[in-house]
Amino acid sequence: MNDTLLEVDDLRVTFPTRTGLVQAVRGVSFSLGRERLGIVGESGSGKSQTGRAIMGLTPPQAEVSAKKLAFDGIDLLSISPRQRRSLRGNRIAMILQDPKYSLDPVMTIGRQIIETLRTHEKVCKAEARERALAMLQAVQIRDPARVFDLYPHEVSGGMGQRAMIAMMLVTGPELMIADEPTSALDVTVQLDVLKILDKLVAERGMGLIFISHDLRLVSSFCDRVVVMYAGKVVEQIKASELRDAQHPYTRGLLNCMPRIGFERHPLPVLDRKPEWAA
Amino acid sequence: MTAKIAIQGLEVVFDRFRALKGVDLDVREGESYGLVGESGSGKSTLLRAITGLAPAASGTITVNGKPLGKTRDKAFYREVQMVFQDPYGSLHPRQTVDRLLQEPLAIHGIADGEKRIERALDEVGLGKGFRFRYAHQLSGGQRQRVAIARALILEPSILLLDEPTSALDASVQAEVLNLLEEVRRRRKLTFLMVSHDLAIITHMCERLMVMQNGEAVETLTASQLIGHRVSEDYTRNLLRASEGFLRTA
Repeated sequence: MNDTLLEVDDLRVTFPTRTGLVQAVRGVSFSLGRERLGIVGESGSGKSQTGRAIMGLTPPQAEVSAKKLAFDGIDLLSISPRQRRSLRGNRIAMILQDPKYSLDPVMTIGRQIIETLRTHEKVCKAEARERALAMLQAVQIRDPARVFDLYPHEVSGGMGQRAMIAMMLVTGPELMIADEPTSALDVTVQLDVLKILDKLVAERGMGLIFISHDLRLVSSFCDRVVVMYAGKVVEQIKASELRDAQHPYTRGLLNCMPRIGFERHPLPVLDRKPEWAA
Repeated sequence: MTAKIAIQGLEVVFDRFRALKGVDLDVREGESYGLVGESGSGKSTLLRAITGLAPAASGTITVNGKPLGKTRDKAFYREVQMVFQDPYGSLHPRQTVDRLLQEPLAIHGIADGEKRIERALDEVGLGKGFRFRYAHQLSGGQRQRVAIARALILEPSILLLDEPTSALDASVQAEVLNLLEEVRRRRKLTFLMVSHDLAIITHMCERLMVMQNGEAVETLTASQLIGHRVSEDYTRNLLRASEGFLRTA
């Protein structure tokens, strides 16, 4: 089997605005195997737009271009929307930030999972239900049969996010894009959800792109980290070597967060250099 | 030591839901006090009960030695001001910064507005150039600075901070935290700060209370927390969670 799952070379996403073209992503390149890759950056750095472009969820008015954007050898930019749709949710899946907004409020959790499954696979109702229940079990929901019939507003944020993970994993994707999957959750719940995600990704040998603003969280979870600033990759580094990061932005970002047991008053702040964005 | 804010047996009930179940709290003059907990723990409700934004069902709140009744008078709001979590939601979208800052001055009939606005903007590190801008023309960090300026313009002695940096990027968060520390030092303010982030609370506060389900779990000093000298499992869990993800082999 091919080792590289995803190849991104010189990805650009351009939005037309009243004041001219704005490039949200300006030449991002990386490749991904069956590993956990973190994309870190602050708001406006283009990290989410990178994820959305891979998924094919860029708004229609925006333009996506790249020298290469290939998933498992398939050129994502030249295939038809129909082919793209058959990949999306099936072989490439995405977890979004807030289950409150990303789950359908008028559909039970179980029906949503089944809908995903039956869109991509020919399975009978009984089997679909069984697989959805098994999936809910896999994300450590204690009483799957009960949660199956609940509406999203009836479950907590952590539970909703687990349901979301279940929905995304039920088709057995090879690449998972998680865009701030735990930012809307409490810290302790955050770790539970990450643990589940970690286990499932490892068991199924998926590739994972973990998009987050939290450099420390990403570095503790991923194998490799891509740091983005103003639409560009400023540094790619192994998570274990993050402490030896070269770029001043990465170092500043690591440094400016308060840490328990390290008294620093005032906190060091980022001294943004215009050449970082150049 | 005099208690700046003293709360005894505070209960807040929304319909039949008890958001606060008899909480006691003592904040000393000039102290920075932190409230930590998960969503639904009642930490924000506690702040809102002090300002009168949430109805107290029973219990007493004393600020500056004066017990508070059902309503708050104007003098109270000159002493106590609040900074909210979301700077996008707490500034009027159709008012300029100047207008926003004039509002509290007009309410309290303060004459030297011109000077105060200039000083307040200066104090939060925004120049004169920001005075006639609208909220949408500012970044998140700048908006939170305006919100802090608005709270400071009445020269209160107590600042209630409800997750003041959780909507901001990490680097901007550092700037706002530094600003808050600086104004506290300069004006000798008393802070009561809410956050879900233990690291921020230990950075900003001398003492803190851990809350869960509307109740106080335990009260700690920052150094106890740093030294992991905590007695409750819940606090220990929070501490572990704040260290990031650990992969169990």
